[in-house]
Amino acid sequence: MHPITTLHYLILSVALLAIGTIGVLTRRNIVIILMSIELILNAVNINLVAFSQHFNNVNGQVFAIFVITVAVAEAAVGLGILISLFRNKETVQADEIEILKW
Amino acid sequence: MNFLDSIGLIPLFPLFGALVMLLVGRKLDPQTADAHHHAPKSKFLISLLCPGTVLLSFLFSAGAVWQLVDLPARGHLPAHTHQIIQFTWLAGLPFHTAAATLARFTADFGFLLDPLSSVMILVVTGIGFLIHVYSIGYMAHDGGYYRFFGYLNLFVFFMLMLVLANNYVLMFVGWEGVGLCSYLLIGFYFHKKSAADAGKKAFIVNRIGDSGFILGMLLMFSVLGTTRFLDVNKALAAMSPETHFGVLTAMAVLLFVGATGKSAQLPLYVWLPDAMEGPTPVSALIHAATMVTAGVYMVARSNQLFRLAPDACLIVGTVGALTAFFAATIAMTQNDIKRVLAYSTVSQLGYMFVALGAGAYWVGIFHLYTHAFFKALLFLGSGSVIHALSGEQDMRKMGGLRKKIPVTYATMLIGTLAISGIPGLAGFFSKDEILWQAYSHPHAWFRVVYALGLMTAGMTAFYMWRLMALTFYGESRVDPKVAAHIHESPKVMTVPLMVLAAGSVLAGWIGVPKLWSMFPEGFRTLETWLAGVLGNAHTIGEMQHEPNTGLEWAMMLLSVAVAGAGIALAWNLYQKRTPAVEPLQALGPVYTGSLNKWYVDEAYDVLFVNGLSKGGGTVLSRFDQKVVDGGVNGAGWLTRFTSTVSMWWDTWIVDGAVRLTAFSVKMSSYPVRIFQTGSVQAYALAFVLGVAVILGYYLVH
Repeated sequence: MHPITTLHYLILSVALLAIGTIGVLTRRNIVIILMSIELILNAVNINLVAFSQHFNNVNGQVFAIFVITVAVAEAAVGLGILISLFRNKETVQADEIEILKW
Repeated sequence: MNFLDSIGLIPLFPLFGALVMLLVGRKLDPQTADAHHHAPKSKFLISLLCPGTVLLSFLFSAGAVWQLVDLPARGHLPAHTHQIIQFTWLAGLPFHTAAATLARFTADFGFLLDPLSSVMILVVTGIGFLIHVYSIGYMAHDGGYYRFFGYLNLFVFFMLMLVLANNYVLMFVGWEGVGLCSYLLIGFYFHKKSAADAGKKAFIVNRIGDSGFILGMLLMFSVLGTTRFLDVNKALAAMSPETHFGVLTAMAVLLFVGATGKSAQLPLYVWLPDAMEGPTPVSALIHAATMVTAGVYMVARSNQLFRLAPDACLIVGTVGALTAFFAATIAMTQNDIKRVLAYSTVSQLGYMFVALGAGAYWVGIFHLYTHAFFKALLFLGSGSVIHALSGEQDMRKMGGLRKKIPVTYATMLIGTLAISGIPGLAGFFSKDEILWQAYSHPHAWFRVVYALGLMTAGMTAFYMWRLMALTFYGESRVDPKVAAHIHESPKVMTVPLMVLAAGSVLAGWIGVPKLWSMFPEGFRTLETWLAGVLGNAHTIGEMQHEPNTGLEWAMMLLSVAVAGAGIALAWNLYQKRTPAVEPLQALGPVYTGSLNKWYVDEAYDVLFVNGLSKGGGTVLSRFDQKVVDGGVNGAGWLTRFTSTVSMWWDTWIVDGAVRLTAFSVKMSSYPVRIFQTGSVQAYALAFVLGVAVILGYYLVH
């Protein structure tokens, strides 16, 4: 049985970041895009907590708590914008919402 | 009471009357429809006030003249001369006169009473008062009673300013003032077009003469440096015809041009016959006492100047004689009773200018003074006739009025005899003296003047007796409807007639000819009285000629005989039996020409009104259209052309540069905006790629 090292956490973190990034770039449903952003944020959290344990410094965990808090607020604002957008455009597809251009 | 120091008041009384009438007169004389029949009591006040102011002026004038007689010479003023300078009225800047001395352009508000103006103010106020009284009766049934008397008083005011002024500028104020009043009074019946036109004609023709007066006055300023009569005479004393020949003649002729306008001489007499459109008392006032005498007075006032300009005197005498003759020829055939008298006035004024031209200034004033009596009498008498005939003025519709209006007949007979030159009456003395002065003038040309004057005397007697015969003798040709109303005029009209008739008989006896040596010097008062101002007439006339008593008697008899012949001829033609047709028609074209006033009005109409004025107007309008408008239009075209050029420049060059900039910016924006897709995920991909690039860069290095 191998102990779980910091490296494992980092691999997990990278995997989550990759999944989240690909989700943001490829999925068309804005709800999915928001969820993918959550994945990216969680990848960062894992990174922070992992290094906090690794360096025996609690600062990283404090940051993680902050990030979770901000993520919640961001999700709330993002979903609010999404609902308002849906009321006007009757769609949640990101590629159909492209009026903000020249 | 010292009347001499209150001569300034003399003009002010009529001015007061005029102001009251013109400001509040309407209240006193309401112009209602039934006012003709129920004259309001207040109308009586007008009849009291307006003649009253003139009477007051007359009394003050008489008082002043009475005291003037005993006035000795004081300081720089000669005897019988009184000057009051109230204040400086026009104070101008200093300037250099023609003689390079410094003078100042000033005009006083001042009065000068000397023998000449004393005669004038007595005539103006005396005759003026009688005409005012007469007007009370004559105008009683006319509308605008208050207005009439207001104008009449204003007329007397301006005339008194004219004769009392102590300088030419103030005299000119009165001069223009009487012109204005003549306009107002001639056009008194302004609703009648002919009357309104006659008023305008009088005003405009007078303006032409006035331009001469103004120029003469300015020339006087620039040469003599003053216009005060006494100073002008002083300055003239230093000049002689040899050194200042041209300028003095020019000055005299210009002043005389002014006189021809005001005193109705050729060629400016045309306004006077038309002035008959005014009410008859106005004709009497204008033709006898005021206005037309102004020119005679002015020339007599300038006698020192005219003495130095013998050529100008020649012009004055010639114009006077021609006017006298010319007007008399017209008067012979006129049928309107007032027109005969109007041309007679022009003719008599011509006589006055003959006297002035001959250098016998006192004789001119003498004739002015006697003429004032008998011409006022004749006009007022004709007014009485017209009044009796309910407005009829055509002598062909009169006749046989002798018994019906005896007072008018008797007084007019006296006036006619006086103007015809029957010995003993006023006109004889003055007219005979004029003819004698013309005859004895050394210049040969004055023989022609004398001949014209003598013929005029015959014609005067003829046309005056023709007027009498047609009006008062023979059978009545009056319209039966009018004949029923014939009545003698009221006392208020006949009493002035009687006073004037007495004047026409007696007025001449202060100028008895020297020849009648059986009369004492007292009968020659006028000449000695005026000698201080006007000089002794005989200085020119008798220096060359030895007094020739026999010749003078013969001349006198000749002029009386000519007058008698005129009367006899008229008697034969018109009085013995009333002619069915005008006997003068036998003269053919001469008669037609005379009846139509020698077509002078028509000629003036063609020459000046249509020719110079309208034709010149056409030329001027062409000039205006082609040259002035052309210039303006050209300037407008040029402005438009330059503005087109400038607009082209603005559109294509300035705007072009601005739009080119905008266009190039727009063009360069096309490649850039490909990147702005509006798709969030495209931007996110760009982030990621960017981050990847930066990370890759760091990892590699």
